[in-house]
Amino acid sequence: MDRPIRVVVAKPGLDGHDRGAKVVARALRDAGMEVIYTGLRQTPEQIVETAIQEDADCVAMSILSGAHNHLFPKVVNLLKERGADDILVVGGGVIPEDDIPRLIEAGIAGIFTPGTPTSVTIDFIKNNIKRK
Amino acid sequence: MDIKAGLLNSDKRAAARLISMIENGEPEAVQIIKECYNMTGHARIIGITGPPGVGKSTVTDKLAKQLRKEGKQVGIVAVDPTSPFTGGAILGDRVRMADLNADPGVFIRSMGTRGALGGLSKAVHGAVKVLDIFGMDYIFIETVGVGQSEIDIVKLADTVIMVMVPGLGDDIQAIKAGIMEIGDIFAVNKSDRDDAERTAAEIEAMLDFNRNEEYRPPVLNIIARDNKGIEKLLELIEKHWEYENKSGSYRHKKLNRLRTEIMDIFRDEVMRTLYGISENTNIINELAQKVMDKQMDPYSAADRLMDEFTNNQRQN
Repeated sequence: MDRPIRVVVAKPGLDGHDRGAKVVARALRDAGMEVIYTGLRQTPEQIVETAIQEDADCVAMSILSGAHNHLFPKVVNLLKERGADDILVVGGGVIPEDDIPRLIEAGIAGIFTPGTPTSVTIDFIKNNIKRK
Repeated sequence: MDIKAGLLNSDKRAAARLISMIENGEPEAVQIIKECYNMTGHARIIGITGPPGVGKSTVTDKLAKQLRKEGKQVGIVAVDPTSPFTGGAILGDRVRMADLNADPGVFIRSMGTRGALGGLSKAVHGAVKVLDIFGMDYIFIETVGVGQSEIDIVKLADTVIMVMVPGLGDDIQAIKAGIMEIGDIFAVNKSDRDDAERTAAEIEAMLDFNRNEEYRPPVLNIIARDNKGIEKLLELIEKHWEYENKSGSYRHKKLNRLRTEIMDIFRDEVMRTLYGISENTNIINELAQKVMDKQMDPYSAADRLMDEFTNNQRQN
């Protein structure tokens, strides 16, 4: 039996704009995934704890506040510390082009900026999760 | 990852993985539960149910926080509906429990109702067993109180809290069948709204028809958002537990629950085998075709499926 892919959709940091995160959550749901939505203003620690308890395949984060350079890598590192670096990490939101290479290097597998069709994100997650 | 060793070592990842394996129906998971079954029975299991939007997650969140103050370990299994069309789900109960996930003494697991194959009950109670073995003192099962499968699930809890809100009006009448019977405690949430007292009175009136003379489910007005009435609610949970143990009805109820659980698991197995047969042999399509061509009626077709099933069992 095919198991659904489980994705934690999270909003780290302090901005309160979750429209994008909600659109992505719905798109992932409609693609047959189980989306665990955490709500606003989650710390990296909370996001990692959620991902572990929910046995997620992927953590998808959205930031519009500009704190991505700090918060995205923090989540990746915390997952590593917990021995959970097999969980795919992707990010989205308002992220300048120049920051993307550094984020990829820090272990964020994919960055999806405004205008990305949700199908691109869906396919990326489907093709890159590490567990069968 | 050695799941069993991890589980016994309080490794959250192992416990979380084991719950997934149960959800996905992996036989290895059942084997682990079998081996650890003697370690279950420590946790108190509380069912939280009620119509959509009454504040079940918030009530669960506040109860969990109160229990954490008392040093108890708390597990939560929160069930949300899966879309029957895409198989996907948005599991949003964590939004109302946002700061609980920073607490190491809490383990929250969100679950979709998933497919028509059933198995929800098995998955939820498997998850409860995992959290029990993991060492939780209290485990909450939170689920929408509509639909037979959801009601069947909370029935297996030690204490069932039915959450309502003022203004449901005649809806209480509509949902009372099946719902009024399973509540051990009724909590009228959002009681800062108009009509809170009247809603409580209406529930009381309904409870007058209750056949159990010994235990009458209490009705409590609460405002979960403001943490009002939560301590009292916990007291009522304790009282219900005391009553159950004192009255000796607990043993009886527990036996009933175990009977239900065994039947659930059994039915699951039967369904799985049946679906396996129909998928592998295409028999269901042939039968449907025959019924469509009026060469057969659906009852005889079902009999044929039953024959196939018994033959299959004999061969194994």
